[in-house]
Amino acid sequence: MQTLALESELNIFNAAEQKPRLLEFLECDEELEVDLANVSEIDTAGLQLLILIKREAMKAGKKLKFVMHSQAVLNVLELTNLTGTFGDQVVLSSDEE
Amino acid sequence: MSLDKEMQELLVNYTIESAELLQVMEEGLMELESIEESEETINAIFRAAHTIKGGAGIFGFEHIVGFTHVVESVLDAMRDGLLKVDSELVAALLPCCDHLGILVREIAKGHTEENSDLTKQSEKIIAGLQPFLDNAEGKQTDSSQVASQSIQVQDETHRVQNIECDNSKSGNWHLFLHFNPDCLRDGMDPLSFILYLTKLGEIIELTTSTQALPSAGEMDPESNYLIFEIVFKSDAEKADIENVFDFVRAGSQIHILPLESKIEYYIDLIDSLESDDMQLGELLIKCGVITRRELEEGLQAQQAKRERQQSQHIGDILIEQQTVQKPIVSAALEKQQRVKESKAIENQSIRVDAGRLDILIDLIGELVIAGASASLRASQTGDMALQEANAAVISLVEEVRDSALQLRMVPIGSTFSRFQRVVRDVSKELGKDIKLHISGADTEIDKSVVEKIGDPLMHLVRNAMDHGIEPAQLRIERDKPAQGNLQLNAYHSSGNIVIEVSDDGRGLDRDKILAKAVERGLIQVGETLSDQEVYSLIFEPGFSTADQISNLSGRGVGMDVVKRNITELRGDIAIDSTPGKGTTLRIYLPLTLAIIDGFLVGVGESSYVIPLDRVVECVALPPNENHDYMELRGEVLPFIRLRQLFNKKATLSKRQNVIVVEHLGVKAGLVVDKLKGELQTVIKPLGKLFGHVQGVGGSTILGSGEVALIIDVPTLLRQQEFASNTH
Repeated sequence: MQTLALESELNIFNAAEQKPRLLEFLECDEELEVDLANVSEIDTAGLQLLILIKREAMKAGKKLKFVMHSQAVLNVLELTNLTGTFGDQVVLSSDEE
Repeated sequence: MSLDKEMQELLVNYTIESAELLQVMEEGLMELESIEESEETINAIFRAAHTIKGGAGIFGFEHIVGFTHVVESVLDAMRDGLLKVDSELVAALLPCCDHLGILVREIAKGHTEENSDLTKQSEKIIAGLQPFLDNAEGKQTDSSQVASQSIQVQDETHRVQNIECDNSKSGNWHLFLHFNPDCLRDGMDPLSFILYLTKLGEIIELTTSTQALPSAGEMDPESNYLIFEIVFKSDAEKADIENVFDFVRAGSQIHILPLESKIEYYIDLIDSLESDDMQLGELLIKCGVITRRELEEGLQAQQAKRERQQSQHIGDILIEQQTVQKPIVSAALEKQQRVKESKAIENQSIRVDAGRLDILIDLIGELVIAGASASLRASQTGDMALQEANAAVISLVEEVRDSALQLRMVPIGSTFSRFQRVVRDVSKELGKDIKLHISGADTEIDKSVVEKIGDPLMHLVRNAMDHGIEPAQLRIERDKPAQGNLQLNAYHSSGNIVIEVSDDGRGLDRDKILAKAVERGLIQVGETLSDQEVYSLIFEPGFSTADQISNLSGRGVGMDVVKRNITELRGDIAIDSTPGKGTTLRIYLPLTLAIIDGFLVGVGESSYVIPLDRVVECVALPPNENHDYMELRGEVLPFIRLRQLFNKKATLSKRQNVIVVEHLGVKAGLVVDKLKGELQTVIKPLGKLFGHVQGVGGSTILGSGEVALIIDVPTLLRQQEFASNTH
């Protein structure tokens, strides 16, 4: 089980850097965790990245969990009604809360 | 009223109405040939056909229903754009109108059962329509294929509607937000817009669609892929909600639709709107279902399509752009239709039996006479108050008279527009390309005159087309446009209605007419005649230049009959012609036939009335003037001594007056003894016994009970001219 802790921002300004980093992280194990505790800011670009890696993990048959959501992340998930669902196919387990 | 009788009356109404509707259809069809924006017209034609069919259904005239049904199918296909409107189609539909007219007339005659001859004819005409129907059906299947292609788009809408769950009942807007892919790069975050939206109202339901997100390799982290669908509850106007997305509109797909569950509400709203003839878009804006910007966008799209030679209704465009749902547009269209129809009903006139109207006019005639009598008595008493009261009555009577006469006035337009068809048919018959121009259609004219002017006009129009306008070949040789022009014009001019029939054809051949007149012994060789006089020779009975006979000549009336018809209406006709340029025939008709303003004069013991609109001025007769002419401001004014004309023996008054009258530019004087002033005159025709009397147009009863003759100025002047010519 590998954990990746994301720092400070997850938005349009660093999305280009974060994308390869996240995809790379996907490669390293079968069970993965992304720690969102320190994500102080997230926008659509960041949200898209989260959706992307979740979906990629699914495709690869891996388990990926987001943990320790910061308030910023929770707000966005709340707004977009993705708290319980990530995309149509992905059903998130309750431990994400 | 018995049921039978009631039915009978309904039937009469039906036939009258159908005749009018057929007129509408025919005019509409003629219009279709010349206009581009045909939708309204097709609708009007369709409605007319539909109403005829509906009425026939009520009475159980199955043959009319059956026939009209086929016509209606063709019209329906035209309405749906499945059939292209061209002259071929119009040519196939016109006989349908004619045939329907025959069927309806048969019913008016009381032959309510179909007869086999007409049925055969019906079948024949329907067979003529069949190719168009087949054609339309072919297109129908084509278009259903197109429809299946567009299902993709529809699907999206479906999906939009899918998320309506129970919650949606409390929402009222449905937002579909697909921000443009570059919005993130441009520094605009869709989430912040959605967040801002919450300030306007409540997000009841939100679905984030991630389907557009590509696979990891292709995904550009700086592009936006998310699509949001929101059920939104807000009291804000649509425009306010729309404004939220002002900055991201470019390149984005943003649709704001009323919720399905609210469609009913909008439909009701549209129904309840107090609107006069509003445009569809305005109607939708007014009820808040679309915004002005959306409408403008839609109109632009419509314009763009038009430039590509496609036409689409604005309602359809708005639906396509997902600005508004179909049921709302349909409701608005229906509303529009209703408004139009109710307007049409408002515009419709009350049908009054012509007989009743005549009685009213007669009564008013009597009222005028009685009024004149009362006012005469009043002036004899010297009672000022009575005279004033009388004056008030008289002025009211005048108004009543004018408005009563107005009741009989109808615009000449409907008479004119009938000629569209005539010109079309006759020009086909003759193989000439002739266009009819109509102007002055609003000019009003007495109904009885309109009825009687139709035949003479018909003859003049046919004549102009047959003899006046040259064949295309010849026209081109003469440096004229190949298409001939025929103009019908009407206008008011000093108490007259002038109706002009002009063509741009070859003009009258003066020499040929002269030669013919000499041959027939109408004039002497070497006699010098003015152009006017020469031209008016064609009104002589039996006058025809032999090489002009065609199958159109000899149909009904000749020029002499035209002339006689017009003279019977107390009118006159004049010809203006330029060789090679064309001919204009001007028909002068009196404004009204029943009551006129007259000028009362006395000759000897008797009184005479001169129609006031003929009177130019009054001057005193110079003393010791023994000639039959005098000098009036440097011109010679011939005059007629009424005293001599009517054989009055009474002693000469000291001072005689000359009333200068004018007709068709000819001035003459009438010498009278006394000027008695202006009065309203009810024209009473002279009995048949006096039918041959020339120069007297009728009689009237004066306030004193005395009878006065009305002088017919045109006839009198002609007599005078004739007399001076022969002397």
